[in-house]
Amino acid sequence: MAVLFAVLAMMVRNVVINLAAIGKEFSFGFLFTPAGYDITFSPFIEYTSRSTHLRAAAVGVFNTLLVAASGIVLATIMGFILGIVRLSSNWIANRIVYVFIEFARNVPVLLHIFFVYGLVVILLPAPKKAPSIWDLFYLSNRGFFVPSPVFESAMWIVAVVLAAAIIFTIFFKRWAKQVQNRTGHRYPVFWISSGVIIGATAIAFIAAGMPLTWEIPVLKGFNYKGGMSIKPEFIALWFALSYYTSCFIAEIVRGGILAVSKGQTEAAYAVGMRPNRTLQLIIIPQALRVIVPPLASQYLNLTKNSSLAIAIGYMDITATIGGITLMQTGKEMETMLIVMCCYLVFSLTISALMNWFNRSIKLKER
Amino acid sequence: MANTTPSQQTYLPGNHPDLPPPVSTSGAIGWARNNLFSSPLNIVLTVLSAWFLWTMIPPLLTWGLFDAVWQADSRKDCWAQMDVPEGAACWAFIADRLQVFIYGFYPEGERWRVNLSFVLFVIAALYALYDRMPARRYGLWYCLAFPFIVAWLLFGGLGLTPVETNDFGGIMLTMVLGVTAIAFSLPIGIVLALGRRSTMPVLRIVCVLFIEFIRGVPLIALLFVASTMLNYFLPPGTFFDLLFRVLIIMTLFASAYAAEVVRGGLQGIPRGQYEAADAMGLTYWKTHRLIILPQALKISIPGFINTFIGTFKDTTLVLIIGMMDPLGIGRSALADAEWAGLAREMYLFIALFFFICCFSMSRYSLHLEKKLDTGH
Repeated sequence: MAVLFAVLAMMVRNVVINLAAIGKEFSFGFLFTPAGYDITFSPFIEYTSRSTHLRAAAVGVFNTLLVAASGIVLATIMGFILGIVRLSSNWIANRIVYVFIEFARNVPVLLHIFFVYGLVVILLPAPKKAPSIWDLFYLSNRGFFVPSPVFESAMWIVAVVLAAAIIFTIFFKRWAKQVQNRTGHRYPVFWISSGVIIGATAIAFIAAGMPLTWEIPVLKGFNYKGGMSIKPEFIALWFALSYYTSCFIAEIVRGGILAVSKGQTEAAYAVGMRPNRTLQLIIIPQALRVIVPPLASQYLNLTKNSSLAIAIGYMDITATIGGITLMQTGKEMETMLIVMCCYLVFSLTISALMNWFNRSIKLKER
Repeated sequence: MANTTPSQQTYLPGNHPDLPPPVSTSGAIGWARNNLFSSPLNIVLTVLSAWFLWTMIPPLLTWGLFDAVWQADSRKDCWAQMDVPEGAACWAFIADRLQVFIYGFYPEGERWRVNLSFVLFVIAALYALYDRMPARRYGLWYCLAFPFIVAWLLFGGLGLTPVETNDFGGIMLTMVLGVTAIAFSLPIGIVLALGRRSTMPVLRIVCVLFIEFIRGVPLIALLFVASTMLNYFLPPGTFFDLLFRVLIIMTLFASAYAAEVVRGGLQGIPRGQYEAADAMGLTYWKTHRLIILPQALKISIPGFINTFIGTFKDTTLVLIIGMMDPLGIGRSALADAEWAGLAREMYLFIALFFFICCFSMSRYSLHLEKKLDTGH
């Protein structure tokens, strides 16, 4: 114990002496000076090269969150599909997915990222020759161009109605469940809820005079103007991380479903449940208990792996403040502290959310 | 009098000859009906898969094997040998750079040391992994001495020409990083896991903080720490070479994950084992050395191998702080005008290398799981 503290104290003392020796000061003042570098992809906040380092860090945080969140969604969808195909009795599909999973997950993710990035940049045509879908979407090596929505002032009415509809369905669902518990009568909750949400929003949208227009990308010179551009770096990182992680998720899903004993299915059939209901009410709830904890750690891995963005120049938190800002200001201690704190916060948040979800699906023992 | 047509023939009870099963339920046809065409969805899936294979496999084989060029001096030479320029793989690129891919920039006259280290590594691995090797007792001592012998061989000194760590690269660098991190992460991980379950609150908190901190932060951030500021934590005047700093960080990183694997194993040991050891009057260390750890480590072997595979794959990240692992070598080789633009061949080659290493590790883990499964 004493040794441990001595080592820690030594390390702190060394840092102080070493920093003093090269004349560096521990301060976060640099955050408020102009960054002086460009960030090409900043979909959420305004950023120019005259903005501060703090703003660059914020851009990085949002870019990390964007790629992590969209990666988690895509990886989950792909992972569940692959996992279910792996369980199917169809021999060919099963083998194809098996080979894909084994190959993808035994190769470093960095290689996947480089490879997909290379494919995106090499295989996709230049903006002038980019294939388009109905002249609205363009897929080129400068990025994927899509129309961007332009909201007019009346849009808030639609947003309020949408929120109200969602709140209504939550209460309706609760009420319907109470009625079912009391009387056994079942309402078509899904159809009524989706009808209310879509219908009410659509009516509000038309009543408010359709306060939404689209800005369509147009070719000007060598690139597109207008609309929203999704950079090739983002596409490559997003796709590579997603399919890499989805292979691990597929194995987790497969294991989870296999862990539900066959007797459960047979018992459900014996009491007269249809296959759909069996899957929905018997298999999935039990499989989720096995699936969720390792799934959470895959989500954490994906978020941490998104730091490899720096290898292909996607400006996430590691690349902005941990990369360029560090090089420019020479403030290793401070910048790395910020980067690590950000990742720790992301990790803890994901863990907390997944723990909460895990508790809600846990076997309720009475 | 029985009819001559078999379907109408009648038999006395118990005298019916055994008939073969219907053709449609056995053999290839039955198998296909059950596994490929059992339902409309299945038929669609089969047709789609078959179409996918048909469109993917033949062109891939033509590209990578049949039309590929194996010997050439440059990419132009390569393309000149093809029917369609750039229409097939140019493996001559890999063959031309194979030495660099394997040894990095290790001095040419000294490469026998790398080869010898690899042979020593294979022997050590055999002794560590197979329990039917001759003279296993001495073999295990050899495994303990192995890291020091290899360190001496690779870095030089004591009679051998010293080699700069900057010259380390390629597959050899991957092996050095991977094997070191894996080998040292085991004991450190065990200590951390025991610390995490210790009853001493301070020790426990320190271990928990360390493990959770390392696991919550991406490896690349830690590698930045290694490349820019690890020297700040050391006494003034000491200086560690970049390779050593990266080795320290990778080892610590792997240990945190190994610690969680060991913790899982420790949690799998029933309390009765601890109580029985206490009842025998064993001390803490004796309990762990003789009773708990042998059982806990046995059930955590598959988990260990998973972390090993992860660590091995993670060695590629050193590329970002400027070290020349195979991926770094490949990317710099692509910058060479002679071979520019052959990215697909390069990535495929490196992917294949990692696939072979990691896939065989995961197969070995499956084999161990089967072997160690005692059925309860």
